[in-house]
Amino acid sequence: MPKDSGIGASSKRREDIRFLTGSGNYTDDINIRGQAHVYFLRSDVAHGTLKGIDTSAAEAMDGVVRIFTGADFEAVGGMPCGWQVTDRHGQPMLEPKHPILAHGKVRHVGEPIAAVVADTLEQARDAAEALVVDIDELPAVIDMKEAVRDGATKVHDDIASNLCYDWGFVEENKDAVNKAFEEAAHVTTLELVNNRLVANPMEPRVAVGDYARGTDEHTLYTTSQNPHVIRLLMGAFVLGIPEHKLRVVAPDVGGGFGTKIFHYQEEAFCTFAAKACNRAVKWTSSRSEAFLSDAHGRDHVTKIELALDKDNNFAALRTDTYANMGAYLSTFAPSVPTWLHGTLMAGNYKTPLIYVNVKAVFTNTVPVDAYRGAGRPEATYQLERLVDKAAHELGVDPIALRRQNFITEFPYATPVAVEYDTGDYHATMDKLEEMADIAGFAARRRESEAKGKLRGFGVNCYIEACGIAPSNLVGQLGARAGLYESATVRVNATGGLVVMTGSHSHGQGHETSFAQVVAEMIGIDENMVEIVHGDTARGPMGMGTYGSRSIAVGGSAMVRATEKIIAKAKKIASHLLEASESDIELKDGAFSVAGTDKSVAWGDVTLAAYVPHNYPLDDIEPGLEETAFYDPSNFTYPSGAYACEVELDPETGHVSIERFSAADDFGNIINPMIVTGQVHGGLAQGIGQALLENCVYDAEGQLLSASYMDYAMPRASDLPFYDVDHSCQTPCTHNPLGVKGCGEAGAIGSPPAVVNAVLDAMRSGGKNVSHIDMPVTPSRVWAAMNG
Amino acid sequence: MYNFEIEKPATIADAVKALGRDEAQPLSGGQTLIPTLKARLAAPSVLVSLHGIDEMKGVCLDDDGRLCIGGATIHSVVAKEAQAHYPALAGLAARIGDPAVRNRGTIGGSVANNDPSACYPAAVLASGATVVTNKREIAADDYFQGMFATALEEGEIVTEVKFPIPQSAHYEKHIQPASRFPLVAAFVAKYADGVRVAITGASEDGVFRWTEAEEMLSNSFAADGLKGLTVDGSGMISDLHGSGEYRAHLVGVMTRRAVAAMGG
Amino acid sequence: MTKVTMTVNGKSASGDVEGRTLLVEFLRENLGLTGTHVGCDTSQCGACVVHVDGEAVKACTMFAVEAQGAEVATIEGQAAPDGTLNTIQQAFQDHHGLQCGFCTPGMVMSAAALLKDNPKPTEAEIRHYLDGNICRCTGYHNIVKAIMAASGQDVSRIAAE
Repeated sequence: MPKDSGIGASSKRREDIRFLTGSGNYTDDINIRGQAHVYFLRSDVAHGTLKGIDTSAAEAMDGVVRIFTGADFEAVGGMPCGWQVTDRHGQPMLEPKHPILAHGKVRHVGEPIAAVVADTLEQARDAAEALVVDIDELPAVIDMKEAVRDGATKVHDDIASNLCYDWGFVEENKDAVNKAFEEAAHVTTLELVNNRLVANPMEPRVAVGDYARGTDEHTLYTTSQNPHVIRLLMGAFVLGIPEHKLRVVAPDVGGGFGTKIFHYQEEAFCTFAAKACNRAVKWTSSRSEAFLSDAHGRDHVTKIELALDKDNNFAALRTDTYANMGAYLSTFAPSVPTWLHGTLMAGNYKTPLIYVNVKAVFTNTVPVDAYRGAGRPEATYQLERLVDKAAHELGVDPIALRRQNFITEFPYATPVAVEYDTGDYHATMDKLEEMADIAGFAARRRESEAKGKLRGFGVNCYIEACGIAPSNLVGQLGARAGLYESATVRVNATGGLVVMTGSHSHGQGHETSFAQVVAEMIGIDENMVEIVHGDTARGPMGMGTYGSRSIAVGGSAMVRATEKIIAKAKKIASHLLEASESDIELKDGAFSVAGTDKSVAWGDVTLAAYVPHNYPLDDIEPGLEETAFYDPSNFTYPSGAYACEVELDPETGHVSIERFSAADDFGNIINPMIVTGQVHGGLAQGIGQALLENCVYDAEGQLLSASYMDYAMPRASDLPFYDVDHSCQTPCTHNPLGVKGCGEAGAIGSPPAVVNAVLDAMRSGGKNVSHIDMPVTPSRVWAAMNG
Repeated sequence: MYNFEIEKPATIADAVKALGRDEAQPLSGGQTLIPTLKARLAAPSVLVSLHGIDEMKGVCLDDDGRLCIGGATIHSVVAKEAQAHYPALAGLAARIGDPAVRNRGTIGGSVANNDPSACYPAAVLASGATVVTNKREIAADDYFQGMFATALEEGEIVTEVKFPIPQSAHYEKHIQPASRFPLVAAFVAKYADGVRVAITGASEDGVFRWTEAEEMLSNSFAADGLKGLTVDGSGMISDLHGSGEYRAHLVGVMTRRAVAAMGG
Repeated sequence: MTKVTMTVNGKSASGDVEGRTLLVEFLRENLGLTGTHVGCDTSQCGACVVHVDGEAVKACTMFAVEAQGAEVATIEGQAAPDGTLNTIQQAFQDHHGLQCGFCTPGMVMSAAALLKDNPKPTEAEIRHYLDGNICRCTGYHNIVKAIMAASGQDVSRIAAE
């Protein structure tokens, strides 16, 4: 029987009420009395020497408050990078300066050159047109392999080359891996591109800076997935504002998908300018600006090779990847192609020897950073395409080849430094085979063929590492931040409680699912629990939401804090019941003495905590409020198996998704409805990457896919109903809820299944195409079929 | 946007007068113009809204049996009201953009703009329609003059389009997945005196008649007869959504499918 | 500045606007009705869909002065005065048809326009009708399901909790 409340129940989302009635509070809904507006003049060339900006005419225009250029920020810090990768020679990555407004040079189309603050946005735009900017255009470097050639134009003059780092992992394995390739019975090689994407949360970024001169307090309202992190980075490293004088609020946020993790120039600018102008300063990104200023995602070019022995066992794997950093290092960019990618190259397989090489490259393009999945989709895509290719080369069934090489014993230490705690890859594959109705495929293919269409079937597995992560480990790997999470549980006198979590909800439904956990632990109604997030003034230091970490890390912190609450409440109850503390049991919101009918209600205990007339004041303090910080001991490892069935129109090359099945293992599940929704959204983004989305630059560094007119966002008519299952559950062994996280799985697991299915469809039409790059657009399919 | 005044005339005469003002520009449904203004790619000082001109709205038959659609008629009205008379045209209107766009966008605006990927120009050209303005009547064959170029003069507005109703017709489109405009679309219209085929989305010169296909189809109305007939890819649009060669290929596919849908 | 007056969610509303003031700006800035959102500048995302004289339009692609005298309906006017959600809103909550909520007002308004003209749409009709409403969170599955449910159709056989 499905539960109707608490852990495991599909509780309806309470946040829906405000979103469905137009009463959400998104950052652009916030207006501060007297606020000015800022318009950023952005570079329209990809690379150039910025010789000067004449602001005099613009300054005289109506409504202009002040015009800022790079020179105004010489005294403050640049944008910080939060992760330092060490290269294969033991040297730190090259880390160029990243100014708030361009200074001396512009390095990508869209880089802010000047900021005009005016009474209205249109006045600011008018004045921006009157700025006279003197730029000597320089040749742009766009292609990564060109960028690392000797003599290539340098994106940054202050560092040695465009090669940010050359990372080898695990460097000590390299010789053994090469030797295994020499001895292999079969080697499969694949070269592919993981296409550059733009995250495109539907809410564009917004920042509103406010400043109170009387108290010297700064407030920034921003569209962020992690307001505390922004406060720390911006306060400590950019503007030099102590955290107790800086409040960062991320209210309702309309989707993030990674691109709202990072600290952006516009946030620092609005905070800085609010003080400089002594009035609030607001920036609302247009969608066109978002394409030029939100960090992009993916953009890897990879060669991957698999060595197999004579029995088709995977013997060794090696990869050679170029990862685009763009023009500057965005906040967590260096970690994405390394620690979030290389560590996942074992996938679901017991490949004993693995070597991963990643060259991170600067180009004259928008910075690239984490986008839903961040490194793990890139790992999964290349590995699962490669395994499929190997199966076809060897003439064996792709599912059988996968099963033969599955890891089956846990914990399992991979040759790429991570230890999977639990998993059952055969179970998810079994489930998938049942869901996908493989037996019925032949008949469905015949139906398609009768209509002149080709039908293809593709599968893949995936593993991901979520719940990032142990702070001491990531510190060794170069993280400049801890990756714990916090929660404060504040119980009110009348028994209701508020949980202040460092996790941020921007679509994930934490306000509902987190409440389910606490309500179940205490045995009270979910509606007695309120979840508060997104405001540094209201909760303890938190690390925010990304990497599918909220329930695994934030939820664990909340459990720990609630356990402290329960422990203290039991002490109070034991006093009220005049019984030994060890005999007190909490069930269904009441404390009772074991083996008796004596009990006291939750509300009586909480009242006693705040009206401590009859209270053990000698032993414990009044009040009922506890904080916990939780630092996980390992990543979590969700896994699964996905299948896609496509229909391909051989005349136009159009591919439609006819069926998509996803069997996931997320460990324990708090709210199945929300988990299913998270998978749906991830699948749409993965299918979008596979079929539609592509961020394209021309050779001069102009962004060709710079609006929804050219960047193909998946629409309802591009997608099917999905078949999603998460009944295979191997609970995580190292967090209190046994949860693994589910936010990124769909985006990680779906692209290879789609491409594998397209190639299968082509084969059925007599075209043996060994690879096609994403997005698999009609024109590419047609070219491949007619090439 | 730069600022401008908006005039809202109630008659064609008043609209024409308003368009005589300095830097005045007509505003039809605005579904293309407003995004253009947002990007500050146009700087009119006056926008003359055609939305309130009742004499430019509606769908009716004239004495010659032509389907006459007022220039300010929105797509969703055409989708409904043309259905009984000219279902292929109604079907085209029903699939332009999206429902909200169809509730604002007008046939006159589309025809006046002549976007190389717009739907309506294909129907107008394939139907051999007459574009009526406040000054004159222009045959479709003379009206379309290349990408975003038409025979319209400064201050001239499309007040009506008159479509001779074909024996049968079909519009087949393959969409560009981002904009949802046609990547290539074919409108095939069969009249007693011959078949007309208009192609949109494909050519660097905008909508065009595929005369070779027209000749073959006028001889023998069969999709199979078009197999092997190709258009030259060299004049076709080539962009990140498809090469000129691919578009040229789609011209054949869309035309054949349109013909097949008409039973040919 | 021009004075415009229109009826918004049943109440008369007026204000001074420039020629370039978009309907969505009038709703959000003049009237404080911030439920209507702006997600793009090319008239594609549909976060700003409202009804003008009963028809769905993109409030970001229509000038405020063009709505002079019109009846405008926004997301704020969809629930009953006591807060009870309407059938479509309730179906979106019941079937988890929203996540971050940003596209939701436009989705609900588009769904209402669809069901007015087509009370029992098929799955394909719903998907095509939503061509002008982009959602980045849900993958559309639960939006389509919610609209089918709101139209009284049995959705129990569609996968998911």
